Amino acid sequence: MGQKPAGEPPEDGEKRMSSERDTPFVTDDTQVQTDTRDARMTGGGADNRFNSKLREAFGSSPFILTKFDQFMNWVRGSSMFMLQFGIACCSIEMMHTYSVKHDLDRFAAGVPRASPRQADVIIVPGTIVSKFAPRMKRVYDQMPEPKFVVGMGSCTISGGPFQEGYNVIKGAEEVIPVDIHVPGCPPRPEALIYGVAKLQQRIAEGESSPVTVKPYELEQFNDLERDEIVEKLADQIDEDDLVMRYNWADSP
Amino acid sequence: MSLEEPTPEDGAVEVLPTTGDEIAELLGDLVVDREEHVNAPGFVIRPDTVQETLRRLRDEAGFDHLSCVTAEEREDRYESIYHLTSFDDRQREASVIVPTTKDDPVSESAEPVFRTADWHEREAYDLIGIDYDDHPDLRRILLPDTWQGHPLSQNYDQDRPQIVTLKEWENPLADDHREEEGDTMYVNIGPHHPATHGVLHVKTVLDGEQVADVDPDIGYLHRCEEQMCQTKTYRHQIMPYPDRWDYASSGLLNEWAYARAAEDLNDIEVPEYAQIIRTMGAEFCRIASHMLAVGTFALDVYGDFTAIFMYAMRDREKVQSVLEELTGQRMMFNYFRLGGVVWDLPEPREDFFEMIRDYLDELPQAVEEYHDLITSNEILQARTIDTGVLPPEVAKSYGATGPVARGSGIDYDLRRDDPYGYYDELEWDVITEDGCDNFSRLLVRLREVEESAKIIEQCLDLLEDWPEDERNIQANVPRTLRPDDDTEIYRAVEAAKGELGIYIRADGTEKPGRFKIRSPCFSNLQTLPEMSTGEYIPDMVASLGSLDIVLGEVDR
Repeated sequence: MGQKPAGEPPEDGEKRMSSERDTPFVTDDTQVQTDTRDARMTGGGADNRFNSKLREAFGSSPFILTKFDQFMNWVRGSSMFMLQFGIACCSIEMMHTYSVKHDLDRFAAGVPRASPRQADVIIVPGTIVSKFAPRMKRVYDQMPEPKFVVGMGSCTISGGPFQEGYNVIKGAEEVIPVDIHVPGCPPRPEALIYGVAKLQQRIAEGESSPVTVKPYELEQFNDLERDEIVEKLADQIDEDDLVMRYNWADSP
Repeated sequence: MSLEEPTPEDGAVEVLPTTGDEIAELLGDLVVDREEHVNAPGFVIRPDTVQETLRRLRDEAGFDHLSCVTAEEREDRYESIYHLTSFDDRQREASVIVPTTKDDPVSESAEPVFRTADWHEREAYDLIGIDYDDHPDLRRILLPDTWQGHPLSQNYDQDRPQIVTLKEWENPLADDHREEEGDTMYVNIGPHHPATHGVLHVKTVLDGEQVADVDPDIGYLHRCEEQMCQTKTYRHQIMPYPDRWDYASSGLLNEWAYARAAEDLNDIEVPEYAQIIRTMGAEFCRIASHMLAVGTFALDVYGDFTAIFMYAMRDREKVQSVLEELTGQRMMFNYFRLGGVVWDLPEPREDFFEMIRDYLDELPQAVEEYHDLITSNEILQARTIDTGVLPPEVAKSYGATGPVARGSGIDYDLRRDDPYGYYDELEWDVITEDGCDNFSRLLVRLREVEESAKIIEQCLDLLEDWPEDERNIQANVPRTLRPDDDTEIYRAVEAAKGELGIYIRADGTEKPGRFKIRSPCFSNLQTLPEMSTGEYIPDMVASLGSLDIVLGEVDR
């Protein structure tokens, strides 16, 4: 291999990693603002930590007036807990979006939570098939309100390249409401970040997709209309089991 | 049965039967008819002699690797094809064809001879509808239990409604004792769980902290890849799909599996220059895939988005930038074409070469970093050494390949044993480790990254010196390909996870009559119960991570 000996510095300075730097990490003390620290240490002078520029602008009042709704929406959009939810190819790009280089955390949305009960955004990254749709619906139901959905990739829009498959749900919208669709197969991390930023904008403006009845819902088996297939399965499925019924012929 | 039973002593130095006639002589009356596949001689047998035939081939002819079981429905019959080969000599192949009648498709199961047949036959039952006698547990594997019809059979109506239950999702606390008297607890792991690498569902029965029983339930990402390929044309339309089988950046390796089968089927000769580009691209994919495996394995064992995961992602980003320069895509490359690749290296070539050289220069240090962080870490060693033990005989019986087999000391790598591309012209080694445990599998992957870098470097030297007027990236391939009716081929390549095989039966049109994918992860995942039963549950999670499965490829 063309590997250089370890001691020899690489020619290109930009490509070095921090661990390779010869000089230790030194901060320049003169650039640090020390007013507050000095005030504390000497005991003299006013500690005006709380007298921000903003405070000066508002005069003596310590209050900022805003609508509570608006404030809450701003908070929601600025601190989103994502569900750690991988389905297919897109989840690899989603992992790249979370980790180094793209770092979704810069946009206040980089905390993947493993439990749906701690999450408020679910990114649906991949093809949804008949066996998985009821589980995804259940995971979505377990998330606390208010919750938002980002559909990642063509499969969550229409089934994507697998649309003609006998087992493939023609888009996440058939099962759960989707706020943002990010097209691509798979979308680049930049595209997903743009989708998340758009979602934050929508949340800040107080918009979200209406929760409506979807074509494929979880129902109790005995609530289904009695037809040929229901009769046939009657001895296999308990009456109060939850089931999802797929009408492929009506799918888009 | 005209043959004498050979005694164990005299079989040692005998030459094993390899040609069609020799094997037919060994099988004697069992063979009712002969067929010729492009890759191997085919022997038609009666459906009630499957076990006898396979046992004789395994014990007396050294065919110890049941690579794949293909089932299909023909005009007048159902067929199960057992693709046999040998771990010691991959180029010896044989196909055993078991036809059954249309009205009573019952065939004897091969499970008592080869354990791997268990899942393969369940899949054949699920998708085609063939019944296997003597099978220990014949139920659906990819589709839900309540599914109506067998989707790859001929008269399947795709528009009929289906009902799927949420039963497997039962609250485990409601009825947590599987046995009335016992103290075991039933736990669902997945299909939405961070440790399952996607949408795998592991039904686990625990006795305290020990695993009493584990049953991987797959099919949560079964997106009809075989149906998709059967409805697309050979020339251009199939190639995008392989990228999506094993989507952990192994795209080019998967594309090569299809390209190899289809090129051999159509007698297409790939120019040498294109082979070198393919080899180089494929090894980059292998590095990216192994990096993900190492990163997520550390994630499973240490349990958080720690530095190792981020480092692995950082190194993957570098590989992806190189691949993006080459193919124009980060993940779904669609770069191979039958007979070559779609375009030459990017211009200016010097910059591209320099980019790769820079990457290769940094790689040894990165690998060293992984060894510092992972393999020489006492905690990880305590967690992985001697856990998830998979003895070589068991691995062979389950058809495990790739790093899983090589971590159990099986010296088997298709790049060397059944050479394709440019591998046989290059200097590199097949990595094996004898530990048979989770640690060995991890070590194999890290060492394979270094081997891949060796291959890339040699390819790079060749590409740099290649004369400008001989840069031929594409063979002359007709616009429409129509292989002769009834030609059959099974070809495999060494993908990142192991032996990725493609079976194609041509039916005289521009689309395949049957397209079957032999996925390495599917066979590797089958070994999970062997590795984890009786072990502690955290070791089960580590074993699952060390298998490095990608559900897109398991379920297809």
